[in-house]
Amino acid sequence: MITMSTTRDRLLALTAGADAARHAGLAGPLPLRGAVRPGRLGPLAQVVAASGLRGRGGGWFPLIRKMEAVAAGAGSRPPVVVVNGMEGEPLSEKDTYLLNCAPHLVMDGATLAAEALGARRIVLAVTGDTYRPLVGGTRPGLRSLLQALARDRTAYGVDPVEITVLEGPDRYLSGQETALANWINGGPPVPTTARPFRKGVDGRATLVGNVETFAHLALIARRGPEWYRAVGTPDAPGTTLLTVSGAVGHPGVLEVPLGTPVRDVLTAAGVLTEPSAVLLGGYGGAWMSGRTATGLTLDPESIAAAGGALGPGIVHVLPQGAHGLVRTAEIARWMENQGARQCGPCQFGLRAVADDLDSVIRGDAVAGDRLRRRLALLPRRGGCAHPDGVARLVASALEVFA
Amino acid sequence: MNKELRVDFIACDGAGVCAELLPELLSRDEWGYPVVTEAAVPGRLRGHARKAVALCPKLALHLDL
Repeated sequence: MITMSTTRDRLLALTAGADAARHAGLAGPLPLRGAVRPGRLGPLAQVVAASGLRGRGGGWFPLIRKMEAVAAGAGSRPPVVVVNGMEGEPLSEKDTYLLNCAPHLVMDGATLAAEALGARRIVLAVTGDTYRPLVGGTRPGLRSLLQALARDRTAYGVDPVEITVLEGPDRYLSGQETALANWINGGPPVPTTARPFRKGVDGRATLVGNVETFAHLALIARRGPEWYRAVGTPDAPGTTLLTVSGAVGHPGVLEVPLGTPVRDVLTAAGVLTEPSAVLLGGYGGAWMSGRTATGLTLDPESIAAAGGALGPGIVHVLPQGAHGLVRTAEIARWMENQGARQCGPCQFGLRAVADDLDSVIRGDAVAGDRLRRRLALLPRRGGCAHPDGVARLVASALEVFA
Repeated sequence: MNKELRVDFIACDGAGVCAELLPELLSRDEWGYPVVTEAAVPGRLRGHARKAVALCPKLALHLDL
């Protein structure tokens, strides 16, 4: 396991592992202030709002907006907090890494959010058996390790509400928030139309947030919004975790201030010459030429302006000499098979797009036009953004490689 | 206040009733699923839109404010 620890690290400076005393020594005590009545927001909400913290699962949605929606949706029934560590994106390992090296920080954030919302149930969902080559193989014991920590935290009076740790199915869509809520409720891990902030786990208003988001929250609650905003961009403050992979000297997880030049991230990962192409954002992100990518900064606005998406913080470098279209065709086929197959555009559209891309690679002159026409029919036509992500990825591949 | 068409693609099975009743606003893709060409429903089509919503066999078509 390689990480590039720097003095700018925040989350990765607090890697106490399972050791609760060491964590408390590094991070300081948990600043709990007493749970609010359901339907209200505790004083932490003002701190979250001032910090500008945005979700790290890939959507970059402001956490305060989610918290407000959950409080509004709760009525008089205590809401539920779900910590999403499913990490179904194959190029992402940062959540698993964080859960291994700073589990208490993540749990601190979950407890703080639960208190601020008056939640009485906290679920931490992970996929323990997933192969994570950068983090170090499989972690079959992750669920039981985390559950033991959660039990101890409750026994020692750290957490007023014991966190329940669940191990979910290793599918790309398992971490999609409506799919996750549906699975926790006993259903299949496929997206639904139920909005979690109104009707999520147990039919209650549910805050679903990414593992890393809760870890940032745990530090913001202790150190304040000004500290948090001291690095990052005005729209995307703070640091973020990245998973860097592909043709890099040092693959792994690193933490950078948002707004860091992509060039600097590549240099830190041991990329010494401009790469031919970089995949930003993962399987639902976009390829960029090396020249385009190295001119960008790592924040959601900069990458969106270039037609891409930062997603859950993925930087993947295409090896020199590798065929970008072939790599994309493999990803498109995998994404087709990972689809929930509930919506027509996903069930039929993704297969057609993957087939067309194969035809383009074989030199079929007609397939390219057909593929472009079909790509236009995927976005905003599914129950979730799965087809949108595939469309973005394949369109970017045609632009960069074809 | 103009209403907007929204398709619940999880529920939709591509029966095509909506596109038949509202060709001005909806077409179908090559697999029969609706493509919303114009989401905003003009006043003169409001009656047709309500009918399409009511007749969808999967109740997958909605009119949102």
